[in-house]
Amino acid sequence: MHASALTATLPALSPVVNPAGLPASGGVWSFAWLVVALPLTSAALLLLLGRRSDRWGHWLGVLASAGAFVVGLLAMLEVLGHDASSRVWNLRLGTWIDAGALHLDAGLRFDPLSLTFVLLVTFVGTLIHVYSVAYMEHDENRRRFFAYLNLFVAAMLLLVLADSYVLLFVGWEGVGLASYLLIGFWNHHTPYAVAAKKAFVANRVGDVGLLVAMGLIFANFGALDFGTVLAHPADHASEGTLTWIGLALLLAACGKSAQFPLQSWLGDAMAGPTPVSALIHAATMVTAGVYLIVRSGAVFEAAPTAQLVVVVIGAITLLFGAVVGCAKDDIKKALAASTMSQIGYMVLAAGLGPVGYAFAIFHLVTHGFFKAGMFLGAGSVMHGMDDQVDMRRFGGLARYMKITWVTFMMGWLAILGIPPFAGFFSKDKIIEAAFIPVDGATWRAWVFGSVALLGAGITAFYMSRLFFMTFEGERRWTTRKDGSEQHPHESPALMTWPMIILAVGSVGLGLVLALGNRFTGWLEPVTGHVEHEEPVLPAGVLVALTLAAVVVGLVLAWRRYATSTVPVVPPLGTALTRAARVDLYQDAVNDAVLVEPGQHLTRSLVYADHAVVDGGVKGLTHATVGLGALLRRLQTGYVRTYAATMLGGLVVLLVVVLAVQS
Amino acid sequence: MTLTHYLVLSGILFSVGASAVLLRRNAIIAFMGVELMLNATNLALVTFSRLHGDLTGQVLAFFVMVVAAAEVVVGLAIIVAIFRTRRSASIDDVNLLKS
Repeated sequence: MHASALTATLPALSPVVNPAGLPASGGVWSFAWLVVALPLTSAALLLLLGRRSDRWGHWLGVLASAGAFVVGLLAMLEVLGHDASSRVWNLRLGTWIDAGALHLDAGLRFDPLSLTFVLLVTFVGTLIHVYSVAYMEHDENRRRFFAYLNLFVAAMLLLVLADSYVLLFVGWEGVGLASYLLIGFWNHHTPYAVAAKKAFVANRVGDVGLLVAMGLIFANFGALDFGTVLAHPADHASEGTLTWIGLALLLAACGKSAQFPLQSWLGDAMAGPTPVSALIHAATMVTAGVYLIVRSGAVFEAAPTAQLVVVVIGAITLLFGAVVGCAKDDIKKALAASTMSQIGYMVLAAGLGPVGYAFAIFHLVTHGFFKAGMFLGAGSVMHGMDDQVDMRRFGGLARYMKITWVTFMMGWLAILGIPPFAGFFSKDKIIEAAFIPVDGATWRAWVFGSVALLGAGITAFYMSRLFFMTFEGERRWTTRKDGSEQHPHESPALMTWPMIILAVGSVGLGLVLALGNRFTGWLEPVTGHVEHEEPVLPAGVLVALTLAAVVVGLVLAWRRYATSTVPVVPPLGTALTRAARVDLYQDAVNDAVLVEPGQHLTRSLVYADHAVVDGGVKGLTHATVGLGALLRRLQTGYVRTYAATMLGGLVVLLVVVLAVQS
Repeated sequence: MTLTHYLVLSGILFSVGASAVLLRRNAIIAFMGVELMLNATNLALVTFSRLHGDLTGQVLAFFVMVVAAAEVVVGLAIIVAIFRTRRSASIDDVNLLKS
């Protein structure tokens, strides 16, 4: 597949070549639904069988995930065997909703974009499954863990394969649920349970965006399937409406992808076991937002304002995550901040329009590999260091964990964007794309390009800091929890092999996919082909500038964290450092802006409920009881009182009758 | 002696009977008060019968007598029964239904 050959068959600037897609039947398509069904069935089995499946449950989970990968691979090969113009296949599963104006079929959409995700999710997911077999070996709930992992994978696959926003939403919610269950997997520990709740609530805020977007789409398009909605959005709705749809979709993406301003859950989500972090950050969950934006690309292209907001959000998050990453001492939280920043790159690229879609997804794939590798590496370090996560208590681990060190180094070089590692090909392209003027607006090119460039430098600094603090320098270990000496050791083969495979991907994947523009060509049926303008600076200069920024960051980190002593107690630091340590006050801001007013609102509502609603009802009962007590006094129990009452009543009756008659 | 005198006498008898019912505690006396009120009513009925020149009032007086006879039977039986169980004929003691 040569990009030049493709362009001849593709109309320029068309977002979707064949939006309706070809009906898929026979051959691989007759069992392609298994890609979602396998992990889903496995999850259900593991949960229903309970303790009976404790002994073999984890292997069933691995098998289900691997099976999904095989099915995905077969579907990929089938699609690759066709011409680029017929690479969108719709697998109809049946009528789903038939209610009045809304008729919706449930179906899976196999196109280059969804297949890319399927392969990434199942491949990286399977590796993480294998890793978890060893990592969770001593956890008595390992089977339940694998059930949730399978559910996570199944939900993510449904999300990316869905052929309509509604089915996507089902997967979307499934991902939210699975992440909640996994982040709070050790929920007997209160802070972990709180972290899970936080992730869940932040995601619900994003979900509101998706629901609003779906409502707007249905009101204006009368349909919710991608084929109809994305074909020619501008025919159905005005630019203003499309802008609102785009912003609502962006809100949804912000929730799921931890973008500003809904980013606060990501750091706390580190409460989950480390393989979960790897899964959330590399394959499932946070990539969903980028997928949504790229998938809805046609809507965004028809709404330039929404697109600009996407780019701005991406740029803000990119810097935000990078700054936070520089100050974190918890190895997992530093990696989490790094993810936020890298997803910021992807969102920024996705907001650039067709120029950036392929690069966003490209970076997503390479990031999936090196970030998963680094998270698994971090898990391996924790495994060997008695669950220590404070990088100030690491140091000099390279000698003790050779495989972890080398694989982590591959991931580190990849995220830095050192050629020829994977990140170089994807991130560099995003920076280059950011420097391309949109609609002739050069200020945008300069602003967003510089932000992306600056981000690359900061990324180099904090990732090198993480790497050096963990693996280089002198030992700063403490004793183990039980007071004995720390004995760092390499992890078992089940843990190192996934890391090795991911490291190989971190090294070679970028080059393999970038050669001859293979990846961008492969995605063209979805993203469309576009001849982009030249960046404001020549591409060669940009590469040199990026590399210079990376080297500066690297050298700074080397001097501060590898060749000089790292203080065990964090120094006070500048105001910016202190702010970054608490995630730039994101929780304080959320508390002040949302949580506390919300609590006050609920408190006043509770008060109003007590005072007005309950007060009214209770007042009525009190009045009735009081009246009864008063009337009770009349019942003395003395016969003569009753006789007197009767007499009095008679007299009154007589008087009344006489008075009326006269 | 006009018919008015009969009516006045009837009123006096009724008042005496009512006072006995309202003021006396002895059940027998109160009971007699009731009888007195019934008979005062009878007197008034007969008087009005004369006054209007038809027999309706007198027929009604007979009804009252029949009811009074039945009432005496039941009432005295109740009083005797109460006296047997409570050793008292005071109607103020009969207030058990008051909570």
